[in-house]
Amino acid sequence: MSGMVEKRGRGYWFTHAGLILGVLVIFFPIYLAFVASTVTQPEIVRPPMPLIPGGHFYENYREALVSGINAPVARMLFNSSIMALGIALGKIVISILSAFAIVYFRFPLRKTFFWMIFLTLMLPVEVRIVPTYEVAANFGLLNSYPGLILPLIASATATFLFRQFFLTVPDELAEAARVDGAGPMRFFADILLPMSRTNIAALFVILFIYGWNQYLWPLLITTDPQMNTIVMGIKQMFPSGDDIANWPVIMATAILAMLPPVAVVIFMQKLFIKGLIETEK
Amino acid sequence: MEKLVTFKGWKLPLLLLAPQVLVTACFFFWPAWQAVYQSLFIPDPFGLRSHFVGLGNFEFLLGDPFYRASFWTTAVFSSLVTLVSVGLALWLAVMADRLIKGSATYRTLLIWPYAVAPAVAGVLWLFMFNTRVGVISWYLGQAGYDWNHVLNSNEAMGLVVIASSWGRISYNFLFFLAGLQAIPKSVIEAAAIDGAHFWKRFWTIVFPLLSPTTFFLLVVNIVYAFFETFGVIHTITTGGPQQATTILVYKVYSDGFVGQDLGSSAAQSVILLVVVGILTIIQFRYIERRVHY
Amino acid sequence: MSTISLKSVRKSFGKTEVIHGIDVDVADGEFIVIVGPSGCGKSTLLRMVAGLETVTSGDIAIDGNRVNDKEPMERNIAMVFQNYALYPHMSVFDNMAYGLKIARTPKAEIAERVQTAAKMLQLEDYLTRRPRQLSGGQRQRVAMGRAVVRKPAVFLFDEPLSNLDAKLRVQMRLEIKQLQRSLGTTSLYVTHDQVEAMTLADRLIVMNAGLAEQINTPMHVYEHPASIFVAGFIGSPSMNFLTAKIDSGGSRLSVESGAHVRTEGLALAAYSGRDITLGIRPEHLEVTNPESADLTLRIAAVETLGADTLVHGSIAGAGIDGAQQSNFAARLPGNTRIAEGETLPLRLADGSLHVFDRQTEKRIADI
Repeated sequence: MSGMVEKRGRGYWFTHAGLILGVLVIFFPIYLAFVASTVTQPEIVRPPMPLIPGGHFYENYREALVSGINAPVARMLFNSSIMALGIALGKIVISILSAFAIVYFRFPLRKTFFWMIFLTLMLPVEVRIVPTYEVAANFGLLNSYPGLILPLIASATATFLFRQFFLTVPDELAEAARVDGAGPMRFFADILLPMSRTNIAALFVILFIYGWNQYLWPLLITTDPQMNTIVMGIKQMFPSGDDIANWPVIMATAILAMLPPVAVVIFMQKLFIKGLIETEK
Repeated sequence: MEKLVTFKGWKLPLLLLAPQVLVTACFFFWPAWQAVYQSLFIPDPFGLRSHFVGLGNFEFLLGDPFYRASFWTTAVFSSLVTLVSVGLALWLAVMADRLIKGSATYRTLLIWPYAVAPAVAGVLWLFMFNTRVGVISWYLGQAGYDWNHVLNSNEAMGLVVIASSWGRISYNFLFFLAGLQAIPKSVIEAAAIDGAHFWKRFWTIVFPLLSPTTFFLLVVNIVYAFFETFGVIHTITTGGPQQATTILVYKVYSDGFVGQDLGSSAAQSVILLVVVGILTIIQFRYIERRVHY
Repeated sequence: MSTISLKSVRKSFGKTEVIHGIDVDVADGEFIVIVGPSGCGKSTLLRMVAGLETVTSGDIAIDGNRVNDKEPMERNIAMVFQNYALYPHMSVFDNMAYGLKIARTPKAEIAERVQTAAKMLQLEDYLTRRPRQLSGGQRQRVAMGRAVVRKPAVFLFDEPLSNLDAKLRVQMRLEIKQLQRSLGTTSLYVTHDQVEAMTLADRLIVMNAGLAEQINTPMHVYEHPASIFVAGFIGSPSMNFLTAKIDSGGSRLSVESGAHVRTEGLALAAYSGRDITLGIRPEHLEVTNPESADLTLRIAAVETLGADTLVHGSIAGAGIDGAQQSNFAARLPGNTRIAEGETLPLRLADGSLHVFDRQTEKRIADI
């Protein structure tokens, strides 16, 4: 279908119009949130709110970052970063080691472990929240970084990706390494790992976004507002009862919550798309 | 699909597997087993003991009008989200694919929402439709329509559907675009020479060739709507009004954590487990065929 | 001294035996080529010497030490793979240095050895490049450089030239031979190309279906092939075969197809009553006058190669059988002018007739 359209004529304008409309619809909520984060509370509370950005950008963001509502947003950003990085790196590390073991070794129970890991693809954490919460509580992981991270690295998508990739590496490379005198871990570190660089990067992008955007699990495992992550913490910035929410600060927080994943998606677009397609195969 | 070349020894591979196996055992298998186990019990009011009820929890759920309503709500919700997000994404992808230049720019612009967490999307749309300060609800009010998703369950459903679909459009868009670009140009050109105009070509040739991608996205989006939309619901409606937007996964949370009914929540988890299992099997079965396609 | 010795080496995959007992002693510095058709087991044999495959029974010894249970790196060998097996993310220098790095060779020595090997293989200008930036021939040289740098007791080559184009193959063949001569390292080389085998080998091992049919110098194998298989495999175009029978009197040879082959003067008495297969190499036929011809060829096709002319046809007297119209080939000087449909009287060069027992397919004698 690419390029099968006349350079001029109705088709061309219609296409562009349609796409521009799509872009506007997509961006409008984000744009509005940004405007809201730059104006004052009274302006919002008396609708309609202005549709162009106001002048209170620095105040609002400073207020959000430094004091927030129940916890400083800077703190929440920090927690989210630790969690997202922990999930991405943790998952990559344990998965690449497992994939290496499964592909390049023969050992008893190999098939059993393989199927065990395969089964984990079937259940997202939402389905096992209550008992997982109990397990985490029993390990003393409430309100802790390991508590945020560990239960979310238990599934096997990354292991599969690495396994698929390792299966495409020519056998002769491993043989040449053996003849050169490399043991298995040497082969892994010197040869397999560098060859996996692109896959690792693509996975990192996907997993970072996945980790950053987690909602339900952080909601359960944290009771101390100082441990809130930014995505789950926003909801808690709404007051209970009939008070008016502090919209500018909340919207500033929402914008801040979006920035890191969006930056990652935009700047690492190629890797991100590769990662998406690979993990869903 | 096996490697011919393997290294000797069994201690090293077991050591390498150990971290994943440990994490999976502790945070996946053990809780999953617990869920099944707990679903067979009802805790007593003081939480000190539970007594065995066999399939009692399940029987209760299947007869419970609230649970059945939740099933129906989930079905409606996921169908709507899937249709909206897949449909719009397809349309946008078709548009973008038509262009020679500029499709890359549009692609960059349209993938933003993927990065936005469902919960944040919920906040954004809640803000626009908020009964007191929301811009859109205010303009609707000016036009004579009184928007109130806190009271009106259809509006609540509509709002969560829009908020959930909004972010999803990017993801589907990317896959559709890739699928469209994989269709050989020669096939399209042959149809054009045969006299088919754009939409005719689309429905008779492009869409059928796109069907593996479409099917795949339908399944994946249904799974998304079942589970990952918790953040949207919790943020905008907390399942209301009167549980009109309580999808199954939300009910697991609210019964288990808010209502503290562990047995019922566990039983609901088990039912969801079965549903996911079926969906995953369908997905894998179909992916198998797609790969051999 | 880097000798290799194989004693009754057998290999089975599961229940299937693929190598049925190979015995050979390789002298220090010898270049041995293992040649045979696809699937004959030659690569498997090589990999057993390398340590990449296990030995089911029998002994392999390098330098007099039994190595059956030793890992490749403990055997002091180096291998050149068919697909080069270069580490894609490392530079040429690092590829060659890798084995030495693992053996903890001091940096200065690594640099020196790599430079020497690079000079030997004309790779000095490419040391910083990555494999994907190199041509096939260059990659093959890097693979060889990797082997040379290790200064092993034995070089193992697994069909290294198969992936190169014809011209490059000829050139690399010479380079490999010269390299081995100057280094004097014992080498085992596997190929399915009999031209490579003939030109490179000090001795050939001709393999077929897991057995070594003949082990000897190229010329010996060429002139005295031990079996029909070896006779047909070595030499291009391949040897002509005629199934025949010698009558009980020992004086008459009757070729089964009816072809008239003059056999007066040949010592056939010893084979009376036997079913035999005769072998005649195409180059052992000369054009002659009809009176002194041993056989007459009805030409079906002519191939002018320039230096030679190949003629294909059937021997006069042979029953016309569609498939056998051009089953007999003769190699004649390039200036021979001949056309299809003509007949050509040919005589056999002296001592050029090979006799094989039809049943065992083994050589009986050459007369």
